[in-house]
Amino acid sequence: MNIFKLSIKNIISKPLNSILSLALLILGIGIISLLLQLNSLIKTQMDNNLKGIDMVVGAKGSPLQLILSAVYHIDSPTGNISVEDAEEIKNNRMVGSSIDLLYGDNYKGYRIVGTEDKFLDLYNAKIKDGKKWNAPFEVVVGAKIYSKLNINLNDELISSHGLRETGEAHVNQPFKVVGLLEPSNSVVDQLIITSPQSIWDLHEEHDHDDENQEEHDNEDHDEHEHDHDDEDHDEHENDHDDEDHDEHEHDHDDEDHDEHEHGDKEITAMLIKFKSPMNIIQFPRQINENTNLQAAVPSYEISRLFKLFGFGIETLTYLAYLIILVSGFSLFINLFNSMRERKYEMALIRTLGASRSQLSVMVIFESLILTISGFLLGLLVSRLGVMFVSSLMEESLNYSLSSLYILNEEFWLLGLSILIGLISSLIPAIQVYKMNISEILADE
Amino acid sequence: MIKTRDIKFDYDNQVFFEFPDIEIKNRENLLIIGNSGIGKTTLLHLLAGLLESKSGSIELFGKEISNLNSYQLDTFRGENIGIVFQRSHFVNSLTVKENLELAQFIANKKDNNRINTILKSLGILDKSDKNTNQLSQGEKQRASIALAIVNSPKLILADEPTSSLDDENCDRVIKLLKKQASEFNAQLIVITHDNRLKKHFKKSIKL
Repeated sequence: MNIFKLSIKNIISKPLNSILSLALLILGIGIISLLLQLNSLIKTQMDNNLKGIDMVVGAKGSPLQLILSAVYHIDSPTGNISVEDAEEIKNNRMVGSSIDLLYGDNYKGYRIVGTEDKFLDLYNAKIKDGKKWNAPFEVVVGAKIYSKLNINLNDELISSHGLRETGEAHVNQPFKVVGLLEPSNSVVDQLIITSPQSIWDLHEEHDHDDENQEEHDNEDHDEHEHDHDDEDHDEHENDHDDEDHDEHEHDHDDEDHDEHEHGDKEITAMLIKFKSPMNIIQFPRQINENTNLQAAVPSYEISRLFKLFGFGIETLTYLAYLIILVSGFSLFINLFNSMRERKYEMALIRTLGASRSQLSVMVIFESLILTISGFLLGLLVSRLGVMFVSSLMEESLNYSLSSLYILNEEFWLLGLSILIGLISSLIPAIQVYKMNISEILADE
Repeated sequence: MIKTRDIKFDYDNQVFFEFPDIEIKNRENLLIIGNSGIGKTTLLHLLAGLLESKSGSIELFGKEISNLNSYQLDTFRGENIGIVFQRSHFVNSLTVKENLELAQFIANKKDNNRINTILKSLGILDKSDKNTNQLSQGEKQRASIALAIVNSPKLILADEPTSSLDDENCDRVIKLLKKQASEFNAQLIVITHDNRLKKHFKKSIKL
């Protein structure tokens, strides 16, 4: 037996006394820790996927949408741009390197991206089994997808049109899995990658005549409104729903396919790295003002996004701090009452030879045991919260989060919990220190 | 050896007490008898060092306790004095045994055998893992005696240990206290208004 054990026994013997303060503290710490974790995890996720991308060029529309679709693959594309227009940008002397992206199809909700080899290098993604895509309709599959859907080499995947599983299936043209990627902790993990040609070929087989499709799109698409085969590719990407089903029912128009091999092909977006970081200020503006393309700077758009969230997060954080404050106050009242209830006990312990300070230490221990366990349980709650949010994100965005680390800010929360414990027990500890045992015992 | 001289005490200059001198040799017990309001509990608290006398001297086993500071007094009390209160007090979150272990921890004496010996001698060994509020009145009184003697005090102070008991139980308790005191080599001072106890003590003082 010692003072620490005594404190624990005291808490355990009357669990209801402290349960409210503990619950409040767990809630407060849990909320703050959850916000910190989510903020840091999402930021890391976002930054991981931003490396090496200074600018994204795509069709006109919302810059944030362009970034979310081209870099994070979570939103719909803004539209398509012609290969010539893209070529013109690439030839600018400020551009260091560029990667073409074509997207707009999915396999069981996972996006299929037509792109160049460089795309893998951008994310440091390595082939684990098999080889890189080469011939049309060869694909390489991201780590999360094959482990989740149990895909093996040489499997054939029937893609669906659009970005959701419910899209029209491209039954005639299955993709063949030729490679599996190592986990890279980036967006590549949840992508199926193929050559641009595969996407072009895939969509060449259908033509269409319902031009009104174009109307949901951004105005700059008008110029693309000739009936080239590649055209419909563009539209597939733009309609988020399944309205384009009927166009697949029309006959193919393969005759003019070859003539348009060059010239009228389109891509969805282009990832650009500059020669010098200085260009980031001037070049995007030039593109936006002088061409019918849109240029967006990911780091800028993402910080804008975080600013939008920031207000809500800040409000919630203040609320959580308020809850912690209330928990401290409730803890103080508990201890204060408990010391009054236990005054004979205290007097007894003193007559057994305990010093004033030993009793005060006992009170402080009781308070600290509560606040530190509140802190630990709060962390546990926040980790469960991260798991919950992760499962929601997984469901809707294919992104997942996992956190096994304790952030530096969470050590501050430990400090805060200890501080709350000390402050709440200060007055009860002084009260016990100054207690007149003779008076209490004579009072019986 | 316990010796007091000219002890005076007052509560806020309103209630004044003057106590007769006490002197008992080793192995002697003492009964202090007096009516209510005469300052019996005050005297007990002074002897136990729970109160500080305004004047006079209290010498316990060669040590003048009015010279000790608060911390030294606590330590001295833990080592040398066991107190049996009129009503039994325990740390309610602990079992009987844990209460005794706590007392040992405070006095810096760890000795499990002694706990068992005492509980056995008081006939409550089977209650050692019971919570204190599960004990009967009689068991509580025994447990509080155990708490007073667990650290082998040289002096046991008992405050009205028998006032609420019938004759039979009164006899039993005072015999038990005396037996425990002599068994564990402690001196016993009982402070009471209970005249029935006179026959049990060779030496008594009337306040």
